[in-house]
Amino acid sequence: MSTDLSDPVFGPDARGHFGPYGGRFVAETLMGPLDELEQAFRSSWADPAFRAQFDRDLAHYVGRPSPLYLAERLSRELGGAQIYFKREDLNHTGAHKVNNTIGQALLAAQMGKTRIIAETGAGQHGVASATVAARLGLECVVYMGAEDIARQAPNVYRMKLLGAEVVPVTSGTRTLKDALNEALRDWVTNVDNTFYIIGTVAGPAPYPEMVREFQTVIGREARAQCLEMTGRLPDALIACVGGGSNAIGLFHPFIADKDVRMIGVEAAGDGLNTKRHAASLCAGRPGVLHGNRTYLLQDDNGQVSGTHSVSAGLDYPGVGPEHAWLKDCHRAEYVGIDDKEALAAFHRVTRTEGIIPALESSHALAQAIKMAPDMSPDQILLVNLSGRGDKDVNTIADLENIQL
Amino acid sequence: MNRIDACFERLKAEGRAALVPYLTAGDPDADTTLELLHQMVEAGADIVELGVPFSDPMADGPTIQLACERALDAGMSLRGTLDIARRFRMTNSDTPLVLMGYLNPVEAMGSAAFVAAAKEAGVDGVLSVDLAVEEADTLVPELEAADIAPIFLVAPTTSDARIRKMGEVGRGYLYYVSLKGVTGSAQLDVDSVSSRITAIRSLTGLPIAVGFGIRTPEHAAAIAAVADAVVVGSALVEIVAEHAEDRARMCQLVRERAAALADATHGAARA
Repeated sequence: MSTDLSDPVFGPDARGHFGPYGGRFVAETLMGPLDELEQAFRSSWADPAFRAQFDRDLAHYVGRPSPLYLAERLSRELGGAQIYFKREDLNHTGAHKVNNTIGQALLAAQMGKTRIIAETGAGQHGVASATVAARLGLECVVYMGAEDIARQAPNVYRMKLLGAEVVPVTSGTRTLKDALNEALRDWVTNVDNTFYIIGTVAGPAPYPEMVREFQTVIGREARAQCLEMTGRLPDALIACVGGGSNAIGLFHPFIADKDVRMIGVEAAGDGLNTKRHAASLCAGRPGVLHGNRTYLLQDDNGQVSGTHSVSAGLDYPGVGPEHAWLKDCHRAEYVGIDDKEALAAFHRVTRTEGIIPALESSHALAQAIKMAPDMSPDQILLVNLSGRGDKDVNTIADLENIQL
Repeated sequence: MNRIDACFERLKAEGRAALVPYLTAGDPDADTTLELLHQMVEAGADIVELGVPFSDPMADGPTIQLACERALDAGMSLRGTLDIARRFRMTNSDTPLVLMGYLNPVEAMGSAAFVAAAKEAGVDGVLSVDLAVEEADTLVPELEAADIAPIFLVAPTTSDARIRKMGEVGRGYLYYVSLKGVTGSAQLDVDSVSSRITAIRSLTGLPIAVGFGIRTPEHAAAIAAVADAVVVGSALVEIVAEHAEDRARMCQLVRERAAALADATHGAARA
């Protein structure tokens, strides 16, 4: 693929590269199965019957389209741009993650796989995977960092209720990146009957492209809804970025709309000037992890760093390779929001709009709250409210020393 | 001639297979690793593989994961690993030394700087677990130019077309992963390995090493009967882990295990 930044190709190319990023860097045992997966995805995604089934499930099981909602009171208080929320929090299971797991589970069933594995950070992807596995009668094993299990107890219990086995991962930093390692180890061992549902737009090709395709329903709907409601496109899109699936899902259908800014919000944790954050695009440099080349938080010796964010779903040292490319091409901008700003946005949106947002989404909301006052009331900010905050109430209560 | 090629040429003339023990560099510290390398060579190892510790060893089982964690906690790095190689070469100029690890530390150092340092340290081969042959077009020519062998893994799931490509791009030997799984798994199936090796030999002229899941002298003998080299890692790393408090005992046990594996490998009747 051309890596000419003045005329970028928004791929991927035939080998899964987005500019210099992406690709397929895995243990040899997985190279063949990834080829099979890619072929199955390409033929299914081109098959009208598969697409019709996917659309039906999104409509009747997930509850799509999700609304585009004008946050009137919040916009009025801030006195600038009109802020619209894309309400992915209203999806079945409470976040955008299910769009992708519906697609991958259909693919798994079509490929004759009987067992699903997944990694999860905040637990939203684990719940979404356990949900589709229950529906299709597939065995489901979810790998989750021991650290994350402790801070996302409600989601852990939900997965168990849905019949999934939740395996605590105690290696490394005991968070999302280690859960991914463990899921890859499981897959390499059980590759004959197992389908690995990766929860974000990272991992080896074809995952970044495949997950993007399943998530672009967010951006396609939002674009049409915005045109219908306001007669114009938004001035800027804002979405939080951990691995980056909700952001790519929103951004991708707008890539050709050159006047629409795209702003990805990373978790700045205790601050970008500290070592305790998870902002790989803002503060990392390119490297290879989990099957793809992308921006990574790492030390001078190429060891991947531990990360910190108040939100488990953003607590990841890498990022999807397409984001790395969008950054280098200057098609998207990436900024950091720290824990305090995210928590303030969480409370503000809860109190002014009656919507309890996920801590992940609260990072995107904080960025909107920062930008809106400097904009005019005829401008539009479209924020992806990627998930609801019910799963986070224990974390919030702990931070405020409240016993539930 | 690269030391690996010379080694296989000599072994071929002698009609025997090579024993290739693996240790994670810096587990528990650089001096001990260096001592263990020399001990294993004295016990009969033909080639040594030195693992470069990485924070996210996704193809490794628990034994080598923990070895990586211990080594990193003790401050080991790619540069430190190269330093162990350099010190090994100060007193051993014959035994081939292969680095095995993951791509990111190499990329962080910069591939040109890495290859130059590896050459200077006396490294003979480099195996990056997560570097598929399709993605190797930068590193391979640089290694070639320095006469360092790029070594590729072949899995039970690898297609014939890709094995042919690895045979063309790779040097030294191909490393056949004996099972679907991570390092240290305990489910070696000698018959299936044997038939697979016959198939691989029809696609490439490179020597074939077999690893993942070989633990005992019995395994080693069975594999040595069909392959050109037998790689043993986790079974040795376990000894290092169990005897971290008693270096003398650790060295003695590693040496004894390496000697038993070498005897079994070298004594195997070969087709």
